[in-house]
Amino acid sequence: MLRYTLIRLLAAIPVLFFVVLITFTLVHTAPGGPFDDERKASPEVLEGLNRHYNLDAPIQKQFVDYVANLIQGDFGPSFKYPNRSVSELISTGMSTTLELGIYALLFAMCLGALTGIAAGLKPNSLQDYMPMSIAMIGICLPSFVMGPLLVLLFGIYLEWLPVAGWGLSPGDKLLPSITLGAAYAAYIARLTRNGMLDVMSQDYIRTAKAKGLPQYRVVIFHALRGALAPVISFAGPAAAGLLSGSFVVETIYQIPGLGRFYLQAAFNRDYTMILGTTIFFAVLIIFFNILADILLAWVNPKLRQSLRGNSR
Amino acid sequence: MKQLFTVVFLCATLSISPGCSKNKQTNVEYGNENGILFLANGTEPQGLDPHLTTGVPESNIVESLMEGLTSLHHDSVEPRPAAAENWTVSKDGKRYIFNLRKDGKWSNGDPLTASDFVYSWKRALSPRLGNHYAYMLYHLENAEAYHKQEIQDFTQVGVKALNDFQLEVKLNNPTFFFLQLLSHHSFYPVHPATIEANGGMDNLLSKWTLPASYVGNGPFVLKTWEVNKEISVAKNAQYWDAANVQLNGIHFFPIEGEAAEERAFRGGQVHSTYTMPIEKIATYKEKHADLLKIYPIYGTYFYLFNTTKPPFNDKNVRKAIALAIDRDRIVSRVTKSEEIPSHSLAPPNPDGYIPEQLFEYNLEKAQQYLADAGYPNGEGFPSFEILFNTHDGHRKIAIAVQQMLKQNLNIDVTLLNQEWKVFITTTNNLEYDVARMGWIGDVADATNFFELMITGVGNNRTGWSNEEYDQLMQQVTRTNDRTEREAIFAKLNALLADEMPIAPFYTYTQKIAIQPNVKNWHSNVLIRPDYKSVFLEHVE
Repeated sequence: MLRYTLIRLLAAIPVLFFVVLITFTLVHTAPGGPFDDERKASPEVLEGLNRHYNLDAPIQKQFVDYVANLIQGDFGPSFKYPNRSVSELISTGMSTTLELGIYALLFAMCLGALTGIAAGLKPNSLQDYMPMSIAMIGICLPSFVMGPLLVLLFGIYLEWLPVAGWGLSPGDKLLPSITLGAAYAAYIARLTRNGMLDVMSQDYIRTAKAKGLPQYRVVIFHALRGALAPVISFAGPAAAGLLSGSFVVETIYQIPGLGRFYLQAAFNRDYTMILGTTIFFAVLIIFFNILADILLAWVNPKLRQSLRGNSR
Repeated sequence: MKQLFTVVFLCATLSISPGCSKNKQTNVEYGNENGILFLANGTEPQGLDPHLTTGVPESNIVESLMEGLTSLHHDSVEPRPAAAENWTVSKDGKRYIFNLRKDGKWSNGDPLTASDFVYSWKRALSPRLGNHYAYMLYHLENAEAYHKQEIQDFTQVGVKALNDFQLEVKLNNPTFFFLQLLSHHSFYPVHPATIEANGGMDNLLSKWTLPASYVGNGPFVLKTWEVNKEISVAKNAQYWDAANVQLNGIHFFPIEGEAAEERAFRGGQVHSTYTMPIEKIATYKEKHADLLKIYPIYGTYFYLFNTTKPPFNDKNVRKAIALAIDRDRIVSRVTKSEEIPSHSLAPPNPDGYIPEQLFEYNLEKAQQYLADAGYPNGEGFPSFEILFNTHDGHRKIAIAVQQMLKQNLNIDVTLLNQEWKVFITTTNNLEYDVARMGWIGDVADATNFFELMITGVGNNRTGWSNEEYDQLMQQVTRTNDRTEREAIFAKLNALLADEMPIAPFYTYTQKIAIQPNVKNWHSNVLIRPDYKSVFLEHVE
């Protein structure tokens, strides 16, 4: 298991290198530069700026310099916000994005798993059709529709919750977390339901029932572990998706998260910021995928066996 | 099962509603009680360094933190004393002596002196700083040579401290709008000791603008700056006119997206929006007319013709297109925000100068021009592309123009949108047929617009060149006489109407939703907020 983890971690290094290389090439080939604007900068000004940001060096040298700085943990200064460094901006945005992601994931997990279990216990009944239909709507409804709808309902008509902000006024974290988590909750509900259906027909469940265990014990201690396996394999990419894909929700609710930086950086041609955030997200995605694989191996004895076999 | 449900549901709810309580006071309610103004402010500011920023969101904040020698009257935009108490001008209009206020202070208590201005303008012109607006200071003697490193000695530049409170400024030409120019942030002073303590005058990456070190001379001081979240400023007790500053503070929110800020406004998060979604304007006019403010600004929306490329190298073609566009219909049916149809590059000036209208929407003439160019009834006219930066408003206008040209001239047009940076590159490289552009003046003077069409300047993205025009532009800098200047403007205008390298559409308007209890909120054509006199009326 440890060896498996180590191999996975080592394999991530070349992946990251290529992420840097490809992103670097892409941002430098994209038309338009960081200093292009309506008011065209004079050649003297441009020269000064290019020198400041090492853009006057040959492109290969820029890449080598960038990677050298990167290895030392220096993402460089932001092109758009000259008084902030990329690391500074990432760390500010990250904590918010992480917080939002965790709440959304918690919401998605709790709501998704509960409705999935409920639906899976009584398949093809109202208890199944109702939540599953709602889940289907949840999957289909993109967050940029769901967000404003929730704001209109809870923020403006009912005046229960603030319409925007993050940590500015009480309760303003609720709507963004629900908006972001809703689609995932729906997915998880469907996955759990199918997992439940699968597991509930297994022999060991029948045995448990035959032992005379009450239903909640059967569900919690016997069925759930198996039923949640597909959810766990989904949770890794989902966690990464929640973090990197939160920019829509961040924009709707004016949340100072990393997603918004990422989007703005691309539009601003803020080279160092695009690279910094891409690398950061790449690391996150790789990490969560590895974590999900490890968790999966832990809940699924068959997989654990085969891994052990492989590493021998 | 039920227990499980309850426990998990409670966990989930508690985890995502930290601090959820009965306290439901909105920002606006809190602000009204405490004299704090909450404003939506577009995007996260690039910075708050007056010598580095270029955008409106930045300027909106910097205006609260700093002050130049002059400031603008909130309605007429006429210059009035600010950091300078008064001034004298030599007869030839090239030499100014400014007397600074003796009670002028920095927010840390240091006196604001003439040598601070010398230091600041030296910094603004420093070749290594990368100040986009350095050219604004080129009106000073030898400033251009210093910025372009043709001379190294700053004492040769036309600014000198005669003593602690007297500043002498020498100009290349009598510059009609110089006093107005001084109110622009590129001329603002910066606190020398703070700049030096943060890496020196040409350190682009300086952190002096962060709240821990920011020192300004304006009515407010910087308190907090949370990226992409909020910037707050509080009343500056050291400010010379602090007795007349009525607000205790202002909070600026970087809310991107017109719809989001309008929702924030309705939800009581902000006293005022930064702009308004067009589709909301009709509803506001009908139901909440007291909340909506629309006023013209000193800016023009226009189309560029690529005059280096056939068929647009023929002025008859350009004129045919310009005359076949019904501007009244565009503003009344498409943009719908009370824009003023425009037939000249320069907008009407608040000082009374209104450019003469030399052409109008005229189908017969337009068709005649097209026939003169060799395309009677549009026959044989090559299909071309209208380029605009991705934005719903620009698309709607382009569609209207497309229909008008098909209907009026039998010309086929396709539309192409590009993301902003790509769009700028395409127009800079003259790789388009017809493109959308806009310009908003830094000072209310027509030359600010006319200079866009000088041969070869960076902002002339049409490839158009006219010797007479360039000479007239030289001539206008040499005079301070209003009548003489307006006579030259008339000639410039006539040249543009005859050659039509650009087709003006309309004068921009600013549209905001603002709480009615925000009093003394003045809207001027240069979008320069004057926060000093603003106050919040008590609301029951």
